[in-house]
Amino acid sequence: MVIIETKNLSYTYPGGTKPSLNDVSIKIKAGEFALITGSSGSRKTTICRCFNGLIPHFYKGELEGEIRVADKDTTKHPTFEMAKEVGLVFQNPENQLFALSIEKDVAFGLENLGVPREKMRQRVDWALKLAGIYDLRERSPHEISGGQQQRVAIAAVLAMQPKIIVLDEPTSFLDPLSAKKIFEVIHDLNRKLGITVVLVEHRLDLTAKYADHIIIMDKGRVCQDGNPRTILGAESTRLIGVGIPKATLLFQMLAKDGLKLGSVVPLSSDEIAQSLLEAIKPHD
Amino acid sequence: MIEVQDVGFTYPSGVEALRGVAFTVNNGEFIAIMGQNGAGKTTLVKHFNGLLKPSIGRVLVDGIETKKTSVASLAKKVGFVFQNPDHQLFSETVEEEIAFALKNFGFEEETIKKRVTWALSFLELKKYRKTSPFMLSGGERKRVALASVLAWNPEILILDEPTIGQDYKQKEKLRQFILQMQTQEKTIVIVTHDVEFVAECNPRVLLMTEGRIVADGQGKNILANPEVLAKSSVVPPQVVQIFSRLNELELPKNVIDLYEAKDLLLKKLEKRLR
Repeated sequence: MVIIETKNLSYTYPGGTKPSLNDVSIKIKAGEFALITGSSGSRKTTICRCFNGLIPHFYKGELEGEIRVADKDTTKHPTFEMAKEVGLVFQNPENQLFALSIEKDVAFGLENLGVPREKMRQRVDWALKLAGIYDLRERSPHEISGGQQQRVAIAAVLAMQPKIIVLDEPTSFLDPLSAKKIFEVIHDLNRKLGITVVLVEHRLDLTAKYADHIIIMDKGRVCQDGNPRTILGAESTRLIGVGIPKATLLFQMLAKDGLKLGSVVPLSSDEIAQSLLEAIKPHD
Repeated sequence: MIEVQDVGFTYPSGVEALRGVAFTVNNGEFIAIMGQNGAGKTTLVKHFNGLLKPSIGRVLVDGIETKKTSVASLAKKVGFVFQNPDHQLFSETVEEEIAFALKNFGFEEETIKKRVTWALSFLELKKYRKTSPFMLSGGERKRVALASVLAWNPEILILDEPTIGQDYKQKEKLRQFILQMQTQEKTIVIVTHDVEFVAECNPRVLLMTEGRIVADGQGKNILANPEVLAKSSVVPPQVVQIFSRLNELELPKNVIDLYEAKDLLLKKLEKRLR
């Protein structure tokens, strides 16, 4: 089942002279882990703003083409309705935090939906624990570090348990171990609860291994769309300037020098290490 | 040269952010400061341009004690690019943003024009000359912040998370630029979580945990030491992860470079496969 679909979607910000999105047609299936990447300024954030209706309801501007998310035409449903279906974690956490305590920030969305108090308590605690900020719950979101703020923003979206979670570079301020843990949590939610994940990321070393589907953007257009192994394993993708995982690059470099490690393109250190170990096993 | 002499720093809230930090950054050095969130990395580099003054100990920039001078007088020598570009951008257009500091430093009109054009083209922002920085993407805003500092060509450059929101091509450009700065004996200090970027650059690495420096050495020695990294919440780069799973090949331990890794693997495997 397709949960996000755009057909010939084009968008121009108010006062913009050129369209920011240009004829974008993509399909993301329910339960998928989709990774959106591409050069800086390729309008990855802009497409995310379309998924929950911030474009056009909040940003205005000119939207052409079709977009359906969770069976709803986002242009006809206000953002607060879309918020039940799609949770968006912004690139800059400061843009979405506002309450006096972290706990209140995380509870805000549930309050708006009128979730009963007991259930709200449970969901908030669950989300705070998953994001690893339970102990900070009474602090103000404005006196914690950028990395911790990113965790709050993630917790606030998790608490809503939406069908789709859209994350725009959600761990850029986090240290590598915390980032790894957050990606594992997101992957887990995707696998266990079937939540559709749309992740915008440049750092494919950390994230490619989780993806079922990869979409590469360039100058407001989709330039590659499909299976991560096929796309990241192709020479042409490297030439667009996408940060191919080192494990994948190593596989390509070895192949070029005559050492072929099977037909499956590796996306992680584990996968290529496994192939290398197979290669040195004594043959019968 | 930056000399950090037994520095301790406590925020007014009582949080002790730095404890007994001591090291020296020589002219022309390239240093990456890494470590977990809240380890004190940003607090430390804010001491290099006098934004923060030590509670205990001293920081000397080219022999001048930061406590005895102003941020304004250090600014020309020490350029600082913040983690979050929104904390430093305020002008109506990208061009004005970049020209702002140059005007303040009293550069001549002609020089300002040249410098601004250079910075715009170097960071691929030319087409946004007349655009508001707030219309740009996160990665582009980060480059405007960088351009506004590079334009006045400071002796010491502090970059807090310079690779956030940057694609591979931009990161490679940044790396080339840093190398070029080093040949001019300029000093570069970056604060970063981007392990792969550090692996590509192989600078001197300082690892921080809880306000202290827990390791100081060449990137290839620090990044290939998983035990030390774990203490600072840093995950080893992919090349190190791959090699650590191939114990039986008896590969050298301190490899972080992809090309070096490929050559070593080919050598080892050619023998085995024959």
